[in-house]
Amino acid sequence: MTSTASSATAAKDTGPARDNESVHAAAERISAAGESRPRPGRDPVNLPMIHNWAEALGDGNPVYTNAEYAETSVHGGLVAPPAMAQVWTMGGLHPEPAPDDPMRAMTAALDEAGYTSVVATNCEQTYHRYLRHGEHVAVTTKLEEVTGPKRTGLGEGWFLTLRYTWYVDTEAVAEMMFRLLKFRPADGDEPARPTPEPAGDNTADESDPRTGSPILPAINRDTAYFWEGTAAGELRIQRCGRCGLLRHPPGPMCSECGATKPTHLVACGHGQVYSYVVHHRPPVPGKELPLVIALVELDEGVRVLGELHGIDPDEVHIGLDVEVFFRQVDEQVTLPCWRPRTEGK
Amino acid sequence: MSGVSGIASIAGIGATEFSKESGRTELQLAAEATRTALDDAGLDPSEVDGMVTFTMDTNTETAVARELGMGELSFFSRVHYGGGAACATVQQAAMAVTTGMAEVVVCYRAFNERSGQRFGQVQPAVAGAATSAGVDNSWSYPLGLGTPGAQVAMFARRYMHTFGATSEDFGRVAVTDRKHAATNPNAWFYQRPITLAEHQDSKWITEPLHLLDCCQESDGGVAIVVTSTERARDLPHPPAVVQAAAQGSGSDQFTMTSYYRDDLTGLPEMGLVGRQLWQQAGLGPQDVQVGILYDHFTPFVLVQLEELGFCGRGEARDFIADGAVELDGRLPINTHGGQLGEAYIHGMNGITEGVRQVRGTAVNQVDEAHNVLVTAGTGVPTSGLVLSAE
Ligand SMILES: [Zn+2]
Repeated sequence: MTSTASSATAAKDTGPARDNESVHAAAERISAAGESRPRPGRDPVNLPMIHNWAEALGDGNPVYTNAEYAETSVHGGLVAPPAMAQVWTMGGLHPEPAPDDPMRAMTAALDEAGYTSVVATNCEQTYHRYLRHGEHVAVTTKLEEVTGPKRTGLGEGWFLTLRYTWYVDTEAVAEMMFRLLKFRPADGDEPARPTPEPAGDNTADESDPRTGSPILPAINRDTAYFWEGTAAGELRIQRCGRCGLLRHPPGPMCSECGATKPTHLVACGHGQVYSYVVHHRPPVPGKELPLVIALVELDEGVRVLGELHGIDPDEVHIGLDVEVFFRQVDEQVTLPCWRPRTEGK
Repeated sequence: MSGVSGIASIAGIGATEFSKESGRTELQLAAEATRTALDDAGLDPSEVDGMVTFTMDTNTETAVARELGMGELSFFSRVHYGGGAACATVQQAAMAVTTGMAEVVVCYRAFNERSGQRFGQVQPAVAGAATSAGVDNSWSYPLGLGTPGAQVAMFARRYMHTFGATSEDFGRVAVTDRKHAATNPNAWFYQRPITLAEHQDSKWITEPLHLLDCCQESDGGVAIVVTSTERARDLPHPPAVVQAAAQGSGSDQFTMTSYYRDDLTGLPEMGLVGRQLWQQAGLGPQDVQVGILYDHFTPFVLVQLEELGFCGRGEARDFIADGAVELDGRLPINTHGGQLGEAYIHGMNGITEGVRQVRGTAVNQVDEAHNVLVTAGTGVPTSGLVLSAE
């Protein structure tokens, strides 16, 4: 049995990069160490875990959970879903990495060389046999291959191929090839850096015209109503469920009365430009420049940012009457945008 | 006067060269700047027991301490909000010294901001972060407003509309800074002054900001040594006394995008810093001879002059046009060239210039610079200092 899930990460070769030697040396050393020591699973293969897993995945096959039925099957008794192989050796909520874990050693070497970001690219599992309830499983990891540096859409990076093998005693029962990309982000930006603050660069060269995927908002419980609204063609403004305060940007607790039961109203979508900019450079992923961005004061009294379209940038002015429209960016995200108001007020 | 006023002083300053590609790690820059600052203070690394930096700095206090061979540290602290942290690092140090938590505290900031991660470019990750800051940024970045320059430009447009200020009014700040940088050998723009016409001709970044309204991006490190004024008197340089040190965050404060307050023409967080500084120091704007005003983007220099009480609301353009911020003016500003002219080290190089002015050793020395005002990043929760000669 083989199942493959892969996400394409386009890559082409690039010339020698700095730190290549240290990476190659680490790769050689770690691969040469071979398989890590077997790490036993926390619990034997067991029914409660299988029940939960099968239910979550919607797999109703009774051979996994119904002993009576399983007796009569080709297995002659209860077995575990093969795809659960990895489940049996998961490290729990606070996993303690094994000291000889080659993935950990190799990613540390790449972090050191500046390839600090990571993305899984593909994973392929092979199952040699079904596991029976009560069996004890252990897993080993081996670094198979490190290739790079490659220039990818995400940035320059190295592909790591690891092989996981699950054993019952000395018998290999399942294997997994796992490949990931450790990369230096294309614009030198670290995903986990704190909020940056300011600089232009008045020595700037002409910035390279860079396109990319549009920037998507972080959406959480406090803000989901807004983005659900834009997707439905509504500009929603948070309204306190107790005192009625209108607020944008929203938050979980009313700053006036302290209530934590926000509701919202649907704005009429009309307002006036309170301030605006015309952005020329640097490039903004997913946007065509120059771009007018307006801070609009809604008739309801709150301000909302958005792109302003349908007007020559030179014609824009503070006080301009605008109305909202919506632009879908991807499956999840639709942005509110502005355009000059056409109908009478 | 407040509890910290006068008790702590800056005894040493140090910096690396300012460049566009340092060719070494950020840790090395931090270590070099710290060593230079300690040498300047006449102190041994083993005498340091406190360290302060920015939350944005990539060098931990422990890493810098190891490189310098420091011993035990009894105080370490970090300040958030980008360049708004600059003067607050010295405030932290002064509080630690005043309360006895530490005796010698090093404040440092080092980065390869030009050759490494450039803050001036759009950073998609800051909008996606699963933090309150990421959610805040989600109201601007995805909507196309994704650079600090663009975020400041939104304020600048409203300020122009309200007070009739023009792009030339912003440009005069750049011309002044570059004039000062032109005579500072440590400045990136040494011997390269600009004219107002060149400012006007420079390309648009985000209207109404031209390229020459925006500060540089730089590689480099700066370190500052703070100890008690009493101890500083026995060290090689005259103490630059921390006469006042304050932080400020306003109501309805955002980081760079406080667009939802009633008014969009002020920086109330800087007004708060100013009120505290004057109160702590027992001084007013009339008592200050030099202003080192954070200048990542020119429009906020005008707003700071107003918030700090050097002129009335909307009057900064006249204050500047009358020559008040020139070397022979009422309040010379950014005598090292500022971040527009010298280097962008997140405001820390402004503090070292304040110290040089108080010591009387600046390249563009102002006569009888007894009290110097230094400010930190604008558009963000910020901080400020009044440094004084004894
Ligand atoms: Zn309320």
